[in-house]
Amino acid sequence: MTIHSETASTAAAATSAANTVPHLLQVKDLRVHFPVRRGLVFQRQVGAVKAVDGVSFSIKAGETLGLVGESGSGKTTIGKAIVRLVKTTSGSIRFDGQEITQLNGADLRAVRRRMGIVFQDPYGALNPRLTAGSIVGEPLIVHKLTSGKGEFLDNVAGLIETVGLNPAMMNRYPHEFSGGQRQRLGVARALAARPSLIILDEPVSALDVSIQAQVINLLQDLQERFKLAYLFIAHDLSVVRHISDRVSVMYLGKMVEIAESSRIYDNPLHPYTQALLSAVPVPDPIIERQRTRIVLRGDIPSPLSPPPGCVFHTRCPIAIEDCPLAVPEMRELEPGHTVACIRAGTAV
Amino acid sequence: MDPRETEYAYRSLWPDPFGELNPGPAAAHNQSMRQPHTRNSGEPLLKVDGLSTEFVTGDGVVRAVNGVSFDVYPGETVSLVGESGCGKSVTALSIMRLIQSPPGRITAGKVEFEGRDLLALPEAEMRKVRGGKIGMIFQEPMTSLNPVLTIGRQITEPLELHEKLTSREATRRAVELLTMVGIPDADRRIRDYPHQLSGGQRQRVMIATAMSCNPRLLIADEATTALDVTIQAQILELMKSMTDRTGAALLIITHNLGVVARYADRVNVMYAGRVRESAPAEAVYHSTRHPYTAGLLHSVPRLDRELGSRLEPIPGEIPDPGVRIEGCAFRPRCKFAVERCATDDPPLGGVGEDHMAACWEHERVGRESGTPGALTR
Repeated sequence: MTIHSETASTAAAATSAANTVPHLLQVKDLRVHFPVRRGLVFQRQVGAVKAVDGVSFSIKAGETLGLVGESGSGKTTIGKAIVRLVKTTSGSIRFDGQEITQLNGADLRAVRRRMGIVFQDPYGALNPRLTAGSIVGEPLIVHKLTSGKGEFLDNVAGLIETVGLNPAMMNRYPHEFSGGQRQRLGVARALAARPSLIILDEPVSALDVSIQAQVINLLQDLQERFKLAYLFIAHDLSVVRHISDRVSVMYLGKMVEIAESSRIYDNPLHPYTQALLSAVPVPDPIIERQRTRIVLRGDIPSPLSPPPGCVFHTRCPIAIEDCPLAVPEMRELEPGHTVACIRAGTAV
Repeated sequence: MDPRETEYAYRSLWPDPFGELNPGPAAAHNQSMRQPHTRNSGEPLLKVDGLSTEFVTGDGVVRAVNGVSFDVYPGETVSLVGESGCGKSVTALSIMRLIQSPPGRITAGKVEFEGRDLLALPEAEMRKVRGGKIGMIFQEPMTSLNPVLTIGRQITEPLELHEKLTSREATRRAVELLTMVGIPDADRRIRDYPHQLSGGQRQRVMIATAMSCNPRLLIADEATTALDVTIQAQILELMKSMTDRTGAALLIITHNLGVVARYADRVNVMYAGRVRESAPAEAVYHSTRHPYTAGLLHSVPRLDRELGSRLEPIPGEIPDPGVRIEGCAFRPRCKFAVERCATDDPPLGGVGEDHMAACWEHERVGRESGTPGALTR
């Protein structure tokens, strides 16, 4: 128990120091709806998939925010909306004080230079016809950050070395690399234009356990070295807890809880977070035998017709009559710990 | 098999099919203390001995499984755990004799099931074992279910083949089974096609099919890997309670050390085509004797690990199964390696009570690799 109170107090000290750091990214009431159309010629809109429905959060410079949720929760769409790979329906995204949802052309390119993105599938994310060097160096050319071939090659060699690979490999093609090495190339490319924010969309979930740890350690080293902010999107709660300063939990396009990593894992307040945590097995048979398990009923509802009111009430073990009536507001129950549940704090 | 025997087994499954599978709101927080299964002296149900399987490819012969040995006792939950390419799935397919030949062939070893060597059975006899005495669930339920047959048909087929039920009896049984695996409105859903179900429901149908003929052994090959965490928990609890009720043994094949810790009584850790450590679950996690097992346990982030601690990955890459390594296959990545490891491949030998490891330095590994993370709370 002493260990826990200690980590909590150091975490609190870190927060008060971090309060002076300005927000690098501020997302307010973000909505991304995808229209569903029917008909061949006159395509009528018959509905909308509310992939992201009113999500707000912020990331400070040098901080890691973890975004967890199951498939269809909208976590990937948030990442894509920030780098403007999908159109936002409404809401605001401010990057370093600048509103970016309406930017176009050169202004958009200038903002994108300062954001990197790493995708899940290390096989699909790299163009098989380009050499490792041209893949990693492409952002340098796009953003005109290099003059002359010699400088370009030096930069690329430096980037490849930064992620722990041999610069001599830059003339090889993606298929000559293993999964872990490919993911390192993806990270090198994201670093090329010297961004201040990197969106990591499931960066380690396709990798084997022993390789996963190598890439996680690399990401932590790079963050320290280049003072990067991360938006770490993943479904694996153990990984997210390990790497994030704060964690937010998504369910069906809504954010249900956000807090410091230590708080969300020691004192989860939303019933969905509690179920999610109890569903993750710990690699220790003695602890496993004593843990409480909350097995949720049923499947995740379709985002095409989400349940009314609180979207989680259909599977919630503590739902009451009021839950389907109104969408629960985000309430701050502890400093920095916000929950969207009318029963949180009151329930056992 | 005496049909009355199955009838009896099924009736004993009957009461409260939803009891612990679909708990009501009040029962949701169930504190289940699962006691590990202890081996009683008796004959193993499944005895795999020195199994080797190789594939002929354009680049030469790849030995995917290279002398795998392990036992499964009746009613026990055993796990084969390892990373991609370690040969765990090929082992399962070899047990079921589902290796396509060519390019694959089983070159050595024995697979004894209920005293009979499965590798020596004629194909017609083997067909009675598959889906009869041994059920199997695969990772991707969409590819293992036939897309042009209704799910009802896919459950009734083995019942008509193995249990010689009439089509009406089989249909009635299929509805019972679907209800038991937690599919609502089973008598209506039985006419649905696989694409009309969600991933979790498809895996429930796979379990119903695999359990339909009351098997003595259920093999689950990465059965929950493709599913979301909360659905994964549902399916694992379902498999465990179905096998507990029928007394069937369960062989879980996975890369997830957490799943193994939660469900397995006995753990076999595989690396590069062979079992490297084999022991009761607690011993594998708490008195680890193989450096690969220790490395895996130290590289996974875990919920109970102290925040801010650093992961200790295993250096290097997983070896290409096509490349032969002299001596111990784990040596290039091993921090305990000594000179002998480069020339002599250590056999899987006894290192303690009911505990086997394939390592020359197992005593030093046992002393120097502590349990990562917790037990501090």
